[in-house]
Amino acid sequence: MTSTPDVIVVGAGIVGAACAHYAARAGLRVTVLDRGPVAGGTTGSGEGNLLVSDKAPGPELELALKSAELWRELAERLPHGIEYEPKGGLVVASGEAALTALRTFAAAQEKAGVTVRDVAADRLPDLEPHLARGLAGGVHYPQDAQVMPALAATHLLRASGAEVRLGQEVTGLLTGPGGAVRGVRTASGVFHAPYVVNAAGTWGGELARLAGVLLPVLPRRGFVLVTEPLPRVVRHKVYAADYVADVASDSAALQTSAVVEGTPAGPVLIGASRERVGFDRALSVPALRRLAAGATALFPVLAGVRVIRTYAGFRPYLPDHLPAIGTDARVPGLLHACGHEGAGIGLAPVTGRIIADCLTGAQPPVDVRPFDPARFEGGTGTGAGAGAGA
Amino acid sequence: MVTGVFDLVVVGAGPAGLAGAGTAGELGLRVALLDMAEHVGGQFYRQPAAGLGAARPEALHHDWDAFVALRKRLAAGRVEHLGRHHVWAVERGADGDWAVHAVVGDDGGDGRPVRVRARAVLLAAGAYERQLPFPGWTLPGVVGAGGAQAMLKGGLVLPGKRVVVAGSGPLLLAVASSLASAGAEVPAVIEASGYLGYARHPRALAVNPRKLAEGLTHGAALLRHRIALRTRSAVTEAHGSERVEAVTVSRLDARWRPVPGSGRRIACDALAVGHGLVPGIELGTTLGCGTRTTADNTLALHLGSGQETSVRGVWGAGEVGGVAGAQLACIEGELAARSIAARLGRDPGPEGRVRQLSSRRTRLRTFAEAMAATHAPGPGWTGWLCDDTEVCRCEEVTAGRVREAVADQGARDARTVKLFTRAGMGWCQGRMCGAAVSCLAGDGQPPAQRRPLAVPLTLGALAGQGPEDASEPSQSQT
Repeated sequence: MTSTPDVIVVGAGIVGAACAHYAARAGLRVTVLDRGPVAGGTTGSGEGNLLVSDKAPGPELELALKSAELWRELAERLPHGIEYEPKGGLVVASGEAALTALRTFAAAQEKAGVTVRDVAADRLPDLEPHLARGLAGGVHYPQDAQVMPALAATHLLRASGAEVRLGQEVTGLLTGPGGAVRGVRTASGVFHAPYVVNAAGTWGGELARLAGVLLPVLPRRGFVLVTEPLPRVVRHKVYAADYVADVASDSAALQTSAVVEGTPAGPVLIGASRERVGFDRALSVPALRRLAAGATALFPVLAGVRVIRTYAGFRPYLPDHLPAIGTDARVPGLLHACGHEGAGIGLAPVTGRIIADCLTGAQPPVDVRPFDPARFEGGTGTGAGAGAGA
Repeated sequence: MVTGVFDLVVVGAGPAGLAGAGTAGELGLRVALLDMAEHVGGQFYRQPAAGLGAARPEALHHDWDAFVALRKRLAAGRVEHLGRHHVWAVERGADGDWAVHAVVGDDGGDGRPVRVRARAVLLAAGAYERQLPFPGWTLPGVVGAGGAQAMLKGGLVLPGKRVVVAGSGPLLLAVASSLASAGAEVPAVIEASGYLGYARHPRALAVNPRKLAEGLTHGAALLRHRIALRTRSAVTEAHGSERVEAVTVSRLDARWRPVPGSGRRIACDALAVGHGLVPGIELGTTLGCGTRTTADNTLALHLGSGQETSVRGVWGAGEVGGVAGAQLACIEGELAARSIAARLGRDPGPEGRVRQLSSRRTRLRTFAEAMAATHAPGPGWTGWLCDDTEVCRCEEVTAGRVREAVADQGARDARTVKLFTRAGMGWCQGRMCGAAVSCLAGDGQPPAQRRPLAVPLTLGALAGQGPEDASEPSQSQT
């Protein structure tokens, strides 16, 4: 392909792949660049959580609900290899106080459109036979699902028909008169296009800096434990109610609330610690210990199961814990699709849809003003970029 | 001295670890020597289980006298040998010391968690065998060359009656000679490289007469047992239904591509195969220790003149710095111990001794690099893989599936192949298939040795790991 594409997507993770996918479906010609391989960053370290259960009513929940719908549709189009499983989530509370808080939270989610089912303590074993006894109760979220992130990214890219150029690190943005984007420069040459999408995930702040704008994306480290392959002992995504508080927290300190789930390949995955320690991959024994303790508290049967692997990933987060999605009013032709923190796999399809709508001038499926990429500039909140789809 | 903290923890009780711990003990350091086996010796000085009643275990070993001397030094010094300790991680402590995390038991996975604290760490974890797959390599009766040697030394058992020895590297000659001495028929040793490679490094040979003598000893053993040595050849297929019954041996060109039509069958009931050794460095890489690529495309720890890694306070000795054999391992273990003693403010012993050891180390390292260059796998070996040959045995991933991930799915390196195919995600964590997957991924890089958990452990052991499980120096020695 030698002709100029309509749009360049920087980043071949799940979000870049979804942007390419929906842009191509809208009839645009797309080139995807990445400095590494497909799914080489946070996507390759993700568990593949597609969660509505952990989100409070608000803009992110709205995104998640729309995205859950799009994932169901994608699962029909893409090969089974993406391992999409609409398994549902189960959030459990250990005591009465936690259960009351969980029920209040769930009731508000239900008003916002989430399907929730209250589960009494004595019904928990019906859903999860190996769950610890003595829990106060829980809430079942049938819309929670799972996908294998790296395979989903590669299949989304293939289905898009986009030209994928790997090993191409973007070193600068090409701009024309009036500062409008005309393409990007990489170590090996230049790529021209009237639009550039920043889907560089945790490294999205660096790309914004190349464009001369502020987008304060920072890494939040997480460890995942992987066990030896097992028959299905965990059927849902199961986690303790305090996970929600951890996700929403601003604390830099280590937080762990184990999310436990089985996989089609056999191993049980245990996430997810949250720490703000920069891009430091050093093993944290306290983080692993607390994940293991959390998992065995939920499922005592796992105490005798061996962990064969652990790995760290870096969630890209923005100060208000909302992603940056849409056109950047500061640089004509630049769009952003990054900063999804731990929800990037889940929110990828809706992000791709919004970006495609922005590119074609269609109406995005949700109100995108809360995700305005310029909202951190000078501390003045939303700028002229609001209503990015226009 | 801080109570509860050793001066030095040595991980691995093979030649390097024994020499390091023994020397450090003699220099007055309080040393903990951890190893997964019950007895010291590592793979090189592996001893038969006591129950087997071996009268002369030394008969199977080279240099047994050196081992006896090492053990004596250990007993004389202040060394606590902690056997059956499976180290899964080393972690930097808050006070500039180190916490070594292990599980204790015959099989690490079921063990009790312990933590050993020390002011310095010496990594001497040795190496494991490199395997290159070929059609039929999963048949019963196909064993690792090093594995066959270990079975013989540790269990006094032979892998078969008629054993073909194949692969590449100096270990093959030693294995063939051990197997033949123990009564096996060895119809042939199949070496993929040519020994002429050594001739390209005349200096390395000239300054290492002992290495030449070793080679001659093995050569003489082959002659005595009428074992044919076939160079520039490889086992390109193993045949059999229930177990291996024969192998096909093909000639290789200079790039290790099988020469079409050159295949010849050799009947056997076992095949001992290995393509050199890979340094076991994951404890170091997890700590951020820098690495170097060896001449045979493995990663080894980058070590300074005093054997220290790029991480201050962590040293390495023996195979972790590049595979070079027991003789060099002993030298490096001692050098490391002296450097550690000096760092901890102790007398490291006579300067002349360090100079002498250093120059012997340089000589032997030169030889090791020549050896690695000679036996480095050529890029053409993947030519003997069929698409249905299993590459990753744990996850049952075929060569065809890996090729598809590279050709169609955008995988450019071993990590991405792993994500797309699960190759290397299983029980062995890529120790078995890492070399093969890297070659098929075509990035030309040695397989990354990133395994934050060096050995598996149960969730219960991990959850229960607390400060109360610390293993401390004996009180009598404070």
